[in-house]
Amino acid sequence: MIEERFDAIVVGAGMAGNAAALTLAQRGLKVLQLERGEYSGSKNVQGAILYADMLEKLIPDFREDAPLERHLVEQRFWMMDDRAHVGLHYRSEDFNEERPNRYTIIRAQFDKWFSSKVREAGAVVLCETTVTELVQDAYGRVIGVRTDRHDGEVHADVVVLAEGVNGLLGTRAHLRNIPRPDNVALAVKEMHFLPRETIEARFNLKGDEGTVIEAAGTISRGMTGMGFIYANKECVSLGIGCLVADFQSTGETPYGLLERFKTHPSVAPLIEGSEVKEYSAHLIPEGGYNAIPQLYGEGWVVVGDAAQLNNAIHREGSNLAMTSGRIAAEAIFQIKSRRDPMTAQNLALYKKMLDDSFVIKDLKKYKDMPQLMHIQSQNFFLTYPQLVSKAMQNFVRVDGTPKTEKEKTTLRSFVKARSWTGLFGDAFRLARAWR
Amino acid sequence: MTTEPSVRVEDKLFYNRYLVDAGRAHIKVRPHTAPTPALLTLLKVCPARCYELNDKGQVEVTVDGCVECGTCRVIGEPGGDIEWSYPRGGYGVLFKFG
Ligand SMILES: Cc1cc2nc3c(=O)[nH]c(=O)nc-3n(C[C@H](O)[C@H](O)[C@H](O)COP(=O)(O)OP(=O)(O)OC[C@H]3O[C@@H](n4cnc5c(N)ncnc54)[C@H](O)[C@@H]3O)c2cc1C
Ligand code: SF4
Repeated sequence: MIEERFDAIVVGAGMAGNAAALTLAQRGLKVLQLERGEYSGSKNVQGAILYADMLEKLIPDFREDAPLERHLVEQRFWMMDDRAHVGLHYRSEDFNEERPNRYTIIRAQFDKWFSSKVREAGAVVLCETTVTELVQDAYGRVIGVRTDRHDGEVHADVVVLAEGVNGLLGTRAHLRNIPRPDNVALAVKEMHFLPRETIEARFNLKGDEGTVIEAAGTISRGMTGMGFIYANKECVSLGIGCLVADFQSTGETPYGLLERFKTHPSVAPLIEGSEVKEYSAHLIPEGGYNAIPQLYGEGWVVVGDAAQLNNAIHREGSNLAMTSGRIAAEAIFQIKSRRDPMTAQNLALYKKMLDDSFVIKDLKKYKDMPQLMHIQSQNFFLTYPQLVSKAMQNFVRVDGTPKTEKEKTTLRSFVKARSWTGLFGDAFRLARAWR
Repeated sequence: MTTEPSVRVEDKLFYNRYLVDAGRAHIKVRPHTAPTPALLTLLKVCPARCYELNDKGQVEVTVDGCVECGTCRVIGEPGGDIEWSYPRGGYGVLFKFG
């Protein structure tokens, strides 16, 4: 394929791979980046909310030419039962700031742009190339990769595995395991196109203002999962995801779930009359801190979703991917500058730097959440939303029943469904996992 | 709860762009006489409905509409029910939006 030798090979041109390749190339290292898609982004799926801060650290003036959709001025959380939703909306004029904090993006377009920055920085980017294997020497050290191109073996001092949640290479080389069904969620998503003015009217927006809705409740039919509705300029991204283990045990179909979500009386009016232009699906790593695999070894590091660096509670992934990619590249650069070899001992620097960043600190904070959500999924995603919705209806409906009696009915319905010990137990477990 | 809405997955896949690598399926099902529980799960969980039962009651896969999510790999590869790879570079699903 390519005769020369590289300082680093980056596998994957998603958020993590682009951040790593960019950082390495900016510091003058000789970088080869390999991507199996036709272009960076052609295989990638996201909601998608982009967090400005983590991108700014890589490309300070990204707002000048990045393909951004809307800056977010509002966030809604919906707790849903079959006919209603109880919502919390946070909207603030503060978000109409000069350098907005969050944007919606369209991943395929964003990744293409990100990739152009990587090329400009001097990395060699080869698309339409699937890496099939890691090349290891007699001592098990990673010394390069094999691809599906003719004569497709290339060597480098270090390989950055940015291959995403379904990474084949790391698992084939037994550097980490295939994710367990209870550590990954399957999300399905559609792109609904509508005239700009319609979107702005339906979501109460003007100009480039944006809003996002995160929804949980009976829409996931007792499974651990969430739905999302994000407003872009001329389309709405809409999807729902649940743990693969839950799909396995319930026999629910992902498209059935999506269809039901779309026809929910709170959702349907938002997309009425739209033209669907894409249907996609992707896994999301949801195992959290306890699912993080070994992050480095002899001649390799793993970053982003491939390393399960994803915060499911806050729905953050791309920013953890970008940050871990950048930090891995900075560590590699430091080792290289000292003219040290890319041994596991030296690459441990990456983990040390990552431990000091928000990436690991945040994941550690919620380390007990994934398991709690999974085990208690019936209560959190079915029973409570139904109870809360009923309580709300009881509260707002005026029908001559004395208020004290209404309150008693509500309380009784909670205790009946979960018992006092159940309620206190859930609250306690939730508080402890949140801490 | 209401009944399952009827969804035609084929219609959904029709929105997508694919470059099919004819004759080179990237996923293979292990030959079997009766399907394992894992294989039966794939009939329902695959978001592109690539898995189907044939006349003999065996599970078959047709990868043309595959969106490369990896769900079947997570369920079927550890037990050896399926063999999973990515399509050759450039082939497979090509998202315009993602
Ligand atoms: C439905 C959905 C909604 C989401 N919403 C949000 C959100 O709103 N905000 C947020 O921050 N995060 C969100 N995430 C998470 C976010 O998308 C991921 O955390 C992020 O994309 C991870 O980046 P990555 O680079 O690690 O992996 P990816 O972006 O998946 O990139 C991996 C890349 O590697 C390539 N690749 C893989 N294997 C090979 C190989 N063998 N050879 C060559 N190339 C290969 C792939 O083609 C791909 O381009 C969402 C995810 C999903 C699925
Ligand atoms: S990778 Fe996903 S879409 Fe493709 S066959 Fe497997 S489950 Fe279906």
